[in-house]
Amino acid sequence: MKIESNNFVALADISISDGHVPEAVGAGTRTAFNRRLGAMFATSAPHGEVMRQQAAEAKRRALRKLPDLLVLAEAEPTENGFTVLWAEDAAEAKQHMLDIVARHGSKHIAKSKSMVTEEIALNDTLIAAGAHVVETDLGEYILQINDEHPSHIVAPVIHKSKAEIRQVMQDKIGMPYLEDAQAMVAFAREKLRVEFLQADMGVSGANFIIAETGSLCLNTNEGNGRMVTTLPKVHVAFVGIERIVENLDDYATLTQVLPRSGTGQNLTVYTNMINGPCHDGGPEHLYVIFVDNGRSRIYANEKYTESLACIRCGACLNACPVYRSTGGHAYGWVYGGPIGAVVTPLLVGIDKATPLPNASSLCGSCKQVCPVDIDIPRMLLDLRHDIVEMKQTEFMWNASMKAWEKVCASPRLFEMGGKAARAALTIGMDRLVPNPLGQWKQQRDFPNFAAKSFRQQWRERQKTK
Amino acid sequence: MLDRPPPKDKPVSLFVTCIVDMIYPDTGMSVVKILEHLGIPVEFPMGQTCCGQPAFNSGYRTEARTVALQFLKTFQSAEVIVVPSGSCGAMIRHEYPALFANDPQWAAVAERIASITWEFTEYLVDGLGIEDLHLKLPAPKTFAFHDACHGLRLLKLGQGARTLLANTENATISDLTECDVCCGFGGTFAVKMPNVSAAMLNTKIGHIEAHEAQTIVTGDASCLTQMNGGLSRQKSAKRVRHIADVLADGLTEDTVHHED
Repeated sequence: MKIESNNFVALADISISDGHVPEAVGAGTRTAFNRRLGAMFATSAPHGEVMRQQAAEAKRRALRKLPDLLVLAEAEPTENGFTVLWAEDAAEAKQHMLDIVARHGSKHIAKSKSMVTEEIALNDTLIAAGAHVVETDLGEYILQINDEHPSHIVAPVIHKSKAEIRQVMQDKIGMPYLEDAQAMVAFAREKLRVEFLQADMGVSGANFIIAETGSLCLNTNEGNGRMVTTLPKVHVAFVGIERIVENLDDYATLTQVLPRSGTGQNLTVYTNMINGPCHDGGPEHLYVIFVDNGRSRIYANEKYTESLACIRCGACLNACPVYRSTGGHAYGWVYGGPIGAVVTPLLVGIDKATPLPNASSLCGSCKQVCPVDIDIPRMLLDLRHDIVEMKQTEFMWNASMKAWEKVCASPRLFEMGGKAARAALTIGMDRLVPNPLGQWKQQRDFPNFAAKSFRQQWRERQKTK
Repeated sequence: MLDRPPPKDKPVSLFVTCIVDMIYPDTGMSVVKILEHLGIPVEFPMGQTCCGQPAFNSGYRTEARTVALQFLKTFQSAEVIVVPSGSCGAMIRHEYPALFANDPQWAAVAERIASITWEFTEYLVDGLGIEDLHLKLPAPKTFAFHDACHGLRLLKLGQGARTLLANTENATISDLTECDVCCGFGGTFAVKMPNVSAAMLNTKIGHIEAHEAQTIVTGDASCLTQMNGGLSRQKSAKRVRHIADVLADGLTEDTVHHED
């Protein structure tokens, strides 16, 4: 997938001025946000916070022990009958896949939702190699037939209204006009059923992989994940190396906070733990491909290690007022919203996603809702600092900050600067040269500077006392 | 969490913030009037400028540190620092210790300054334990609260501002819909991404217009500038005011001589 994150401002403007996107995304995210509140804090506010702390600790411990857990995550699934493969980057992951496809002569591939396969653009490679690939998550399916990419980690088609989705299905898969959403789903289900039955290979991601037991864990709601991992004879799971958790207890904690945080469910409808091949009608060949693709580089930079704790629940997207306004496509790559603004520059390179760390008002909602308490605002600040250190900032900002530093280091200059600014604004001088205030004033008024600053008033007050 | 020395019976060093100094001096005076109403000695250290947050939040840490150092020098001998902004308060409390952590000369000062800095309503309610300022507004009025993000999430300000206004005679308070969602200001964010910022602002304005209250109350002059900038441009009659100004309206003849 082409990386367009450097166009965030332009892409966001397109979404905002379109109007449909903020409307659909605003409604979808608010629903999920409110459901999360209900599910996380159903028992009590402290109970919800304790769940967050337990989940945060489980993922942090997994990260602290990651080198050891990676060894176990190969040994235990291998013991269970999985073939475990490692991929340092997208190219290697896709080569593994092509090898597996060739080995089994697979032609018809059914996929359940997986962000890491989006990240490595797996479908393009498979299709180029002549395979028939179908996304079977309903949202992903609608996007695939419309040649689009997901705009949300758990609700891929959140940017479309029901009417827009209906139009796509009418145009692309010959659906007659159907008013009812359930009838639309039923139509898609008929189409997908054929794909499931024809598939000779299933591809999935993984929400968690348990090092202790070698279990591959999937949380899904539509049942497609179970179809994909049980019907075809070959199942290939793509797993980011940060999906590993230490033991069953940690999994029990995380598998509860994930749906509570993402969709407001106590548990996903299908909560799968796959412990090996099935010689009784299910998949006989199981592969796990562990994908690094930049993760060990992130792991090594302690400022950002914590970003790997993310369990991809989407709660930060739902809570983010920026994401609610722009939708996920504005972020220009696979991961949108607050966590996307952190991991995109880290995965693809800061120079390819420079605006993203600035796409935040630092309001802190993302950290507040994160089930594993990732300090996203802190990492956005660190990334902004990295961008300055890498000299990727605009001259205007560098010069403004230097001038501001000089002025604020001297109370005398500060007071003079205030008076000068007041004078300049009074005669409208700000309209003569490009400056940040021009951007402000496009849609907002700016107040006048006071005739007498506080310090002037204070000085006079002290004299008369 | 920092160890916080109790602020009771100590003089207050007021940090008004750069925006209040230059644009909203009346808000600074409102803070002074309320503190003096309580008999608390207030000083205004003249060396103060800005807390450094605009540079810090933009990634310019060298520049932010220079400005923060000016703050440390200015407030070095303060016993209690009160600031009418959760955002600037959070900068001092959360960022100064880290900015100076490796500076043998200033690390301890930064830690101490962080520990004695209080947001205005937090100082009154959590610091001094005052929930009723014995104020009375000239006429009955309804207010809706908007929580400024940094005060809410970084300083974890509770219901202090609401409590103080709820206990003011003639004041009726309620919450704006989505009162804890950002107004879209975000410092330099508002000018780096003006359309995204304005989209967030427009959502906020929708909630303001839908509310019965004519006056919205918040604790940060910067968020208020964003919201009023939009309200003014859209010809709305509604305005957002700083909690200190709203409370100071209650310092009438009846109340100024009131003793506990």
